[in-house]
Amino acid sequence: MSVAQIGQSVRRTEDQRFVTGKGRYVDDIGRPGQAHAFFLRSPHAHARIRRIDLHEAQHAPGVVAVLTGDDLAADKIGGLICGWMIHSKDGSPMKAGPHPALAQGKVRYVGDHVAVVIAETLAEAKDAAEKIVVDYEVLPAAVDPAKTQAKGAAQVHDEAPNNTVFNWHLGDKAATDAAFAKASHVTTIDLVNNRLVANAMEPRAAVGDYDSGTDNFTLYTTSQNPHVARLVLSAFIGIAPENKLRVIAPDVGGGFGSKIFIYAEETVCVWAAKKVGRPVKWVAERTEEFLASAHGRDHVTKAELATDAAGKILGLRVHTKANLGAYLSTFSSSVPTYLYAPLLSGQYDIPAIYAEVDGVYTNTAPVDAYRGAGRPEATFVVERLMEVTARQIGMDPAAFRQRNFVRSFPHQTPVIMCYDIGDYNASLKKALELADYKGLGRRKRESARKGLLRGLGFSAYIEACGIAPSAAVGSLGAGVGLWESAEVRVNPVGTVEILTGSHAHGQGHETTFAQLVSARLGIPMEQVSIIHGDTDKVQMGMGTYGSRSGAVGMSAIVKALDKVEAKAKKVAAYCLEASESDIEFKDGRFTVKGTDKGLSFGEVALQAYVAHKFDGQELEPGLKEGAFYDPKNFTFPSGVHIAEVEIDPETGVTRVDRWTAVDDFGVLINPLIVEGQVHGGIAQGIGQAMMEGAVYDQSGQLVTASYMDYRMPRAEDFPLYQIATTSTPCPSNPLGIKGCGEAGAIASPPALINAITDALGHEDIAMPATPQAVWKAAQKTVHKLAAE
Amino acid sequence: MYAFDYHRPATVRQAAGLLAKKEDAKLLAGGQTLLPTMKQRLAAPPHLIDLSRVDDLKGIAVKGRSLVIGAMSTHYEVTTSAIVGEAIPGLAALAGLIGDPAVRHKGTIGGSVANNDPSADYPAALLAMGATVITNKRKIPADEYFQGLFTTALEDGEIITKVSFPIPGKFGYAKFRHPASRYALVGVAVAKRGSDIRVTVTGAGADGVFRWAAAEAALKARFAVKSLDGLEHGPEGINGDIHGSPEYRGHLIGVMAKRAVASALGK
Repeated sequence: MSVAQIGQSVRRTEDQRFVTGKGRYVDDIGRPGQAHAFFLRSPHAHARIRRIDLHEAQHAPGVVAVLTGDDLAADKIGGLICGWMIHSKDGSPMKAGPHPALAQGKVRYVGDHVAVVIAETLAEAKDAAEKIVVDYEVLPAAVDPAKTQAKGAAQVHDEAPNNTVFNWHLGDKAATDAAFAKASHVTTIDLVNNRLVANAMEPRAAVGDYDSGTDNFTLYTTSQNPHVARLVLSAFIGIAPENKLRVIAPDVGGGFGSKIFIYAEETVCVWAAKKVGRPVKWVAERTEEFLASAHGRDHVTKAELATDAAGKILGLRVHTKANLGAYLSTFSSSVPTYLYAPLLSGQYDIPAIYAEVDGVYTNTAPVDAYRGAGRPEATFVVERLMEVTARQIGMDPAAFRQRNFVRSFPHQTPVIMCYDIGDYNASLKKALELADYKGLGRRKRESARKGLLRGLGFSAYIEACGIAPSAAVGSLGAGVGLWESAEVRVNPVGTVEILTGSHAHGQGHETTFAQLVSARLGIPMEQVSIIHGDTDKVQMGMGTYGSRSGAVGMSAIVKALDKVEAKAKKVAAYCLEASESDIEFKDGRFTVKGTDKGLSFGEVALQAYVAHKFDGQELEPGLKEGAFYDPKNFTFPSGVHIAEVEIDPETGVTRVDRWTAVDDFGVLINPLIVEGQVHGGIAQGIGQAMMEGAVYDQSGQLVTASYMDYRMPRAEDFPLYQIATTSTPCPSNPLGIKGCGEAGAIASPPALINAITDALGHEDIAMPATPQAVWKAAQKTVHKLAAE
Repeated sequence: MYAFDYHRPATVRQAAGLLAKKEDAKLLAGGQTLLPTMKQRLAAPPHLIDLSRVDDLKGIAVKGRSLVIGAMSTHYEVTTSAIVGEAIPGLAALAGLIGDPAVRHKGTIGGSVANNDPSADYPAALLAMGATVITNKRKIPADEYFQGLFTTALEDGEIITKVSFPIPGKFGYAKFRHPASRYALVGVAVAKRGSDIRVTVTGAGADGVFRWAAAEAALKARFAVKSLDGLEHGPEGINGDIHGSPEYRGHLIGVMAKRAVASALGK
């Protein structure tokens, strides 16, 4: 392998081990003497626990221990936390109930953790769990987010009257109301953003280990951010001080947000390891993933858009009820607030915006970030409103968007965000061309001849990622800073180890990061190793989510590389007997300006370590630098996606026929990996729009608790995408990159629903637009066509 | 999964002997339903009798005017069999629509017919073609064999050895897949043998596979897609769940029936 370049489509180096079964996941880890944990879960959505009889289970074959919430309380182990404080519009702090890792007195959703059985084998743990007798007093359940605040609804937590965690708002209500008062047209829509299950290929897992000799704990866990896990487990839950707790997140097989959070099971495994004196392992079964990993989305929204006679937007008003589930997960409060409402300006110049959000409890699994986290929900609101408004006022949807695009930068929206750069029309123009928008009429007629309905839909999205400036998020209630760290360790012969606080769980960091370092230092990629996911190796980091590993994680690497280069120049100056200011570094060589004298990067590294050519008192030996990088602003990837569908009105089957995506991610490090991220994002977005949906029945049972009922997207569901990019390099980070991990999932649902409603000729359909839903909606269309 | 004893007989006789001797024993004929159920601890047979090494249960052949398929023939074997493809191409196509490749390589026709899942594909084919289920004890006509959800005429100790299909003049099957599970949300089979025409429906019936008399009558007048124009099944007696209300499934029966006729006519 040779020296890589920025912008080169280098193939992913980590895939060799992943596709040949050599990855090392948590389930591949076995500790000597390891016992197995099985969690007894609540079969009820809401119940008081009158009594738990453990006797028979404790004496079942192979059982090491059976533990409950009482044992956690006795050991003074704290509950799980929500790390983002939201204040209601009356200024009061959000009202949160306790969240014990094992139930204490009450269970609040099907799948809630009642007890853990630790046994020699998993089968024995399961057998024993069947012998636990729990006396439940079953209570009425609050399941529907639209009804949970109503008088008489079951109360999930006494601490949150009317199941209302917060009633938060953003924007200027008076100015927005005034804008609506002078509008010539108001579009009103009611939307449901359907509830999703993340469905990472690898289920969650944890192994807790305790060394009584050193009093050190180790937790192996499927985490997107092991350092945050350590911080929470230490400082809030109280497992052990940070210096006594090592958290390792080895290869992790997908997260999509669901592995950001600190969960009950990993807490229990690491705590129990000391309590029972054995390493304790737990691996979720798929059903447990459905029941008890955090779900995503689940909004009920009323939204209005005010326009003037010329089709210029005057104002936007939104009221959302956001289902937070039965407990507040780690970042759940931030998702429907600060990751949602600040994106409601979309790509448009909107003078007044007012958003109100009720965060509500229900007797369902906790809801937290899922790919895009808040931003897909906002984009769905904005882009449905744009399309519906264009149809209602009789404007071409592309032209309506063009009329309202933000055209000059920086642009301060009325909802916090200051867009730094972009060229929204460039993406739209390119997308219109690639999608052959002009040929749509012809294609529609061709479909009609076959008895099929064809439609096209737009989505011009913006996202705020590269999360996030620490002081800014701190002022909004975040409990942590969102910088990133990097350490560059140059070895004596010039190989390099990069320690990063970012965590890879499918994104290809080992390739992209090594590519960056290779290009920068002029050394072959295979001389660069990327080390992540171990709190004993990487000192501190904030992990991977919110499309932040490129914009923030790689910027930290650049900052550390700058320091390495500066130090190496000093070493080179001594060795080459030149002044430091005369040393140039290019293509992996340090040279003296205007001469042919020079040293390779490896030679300088060796000199830095042997320290023969300089005075160790004047210049420290060694070549190792670290950096913390705090972003100056969010980054604002944007783009236009165009979906085209063909519906069989006889069956409701909707075929996604064409998909065009034109994204502006700024500078691309590895276009191949970027394209892969876009593909995956669109797949998940199409999944949300047409297939996926977590459904609870009225009693709070999860109807879609397996793949027999939860419809995952399949390869055959997708057309060949037409993907292109435009580029306005991001001005706020040294690489000019914006992030691409979530864009596809953010952009695609409204594009698809806009296409389906275009085909149907009316707006009456919700996500997921399943065959049954589309068939039902198409009846109206067929009748309308017949009447015409 | 609970612990169980595993038995692997080499002959039908040995299998029948084990079945008689071992209390609550279950036959393992591919296991694509049984094993997931056991893994979820929803079934706990103390004995499993694996039929995969019983050679008598294998093989596909045309005998006289019938296609005879050994009970342990996998869906993959049926769908790729040149004999099936020649004799009843629609049946080969049906087998190729079952589950996914992993299921098709393990699941068998005997296992499917014995389980009689109301959303399985094979029951529609057997009932439409008037097939005979042959066991170690007797021959059971399809008309008598299917008796409702997961219920069949099989008695204790009885092992399906073969399924015999009288080769029809025309046969077609159209399946609307359940979006998640890929079982039949609605599957309709149409068979024509001389003047005998049958239309059968799987996936939709509240009581399992059934014949749709109105469609049969319509096709008797003329075996053509057009004969079914305007014919709707309606929601009565039809299943409903989040993926398909009785109205939707009832409607799909009409649509799939037309597509099955088209397929039978090679269109």
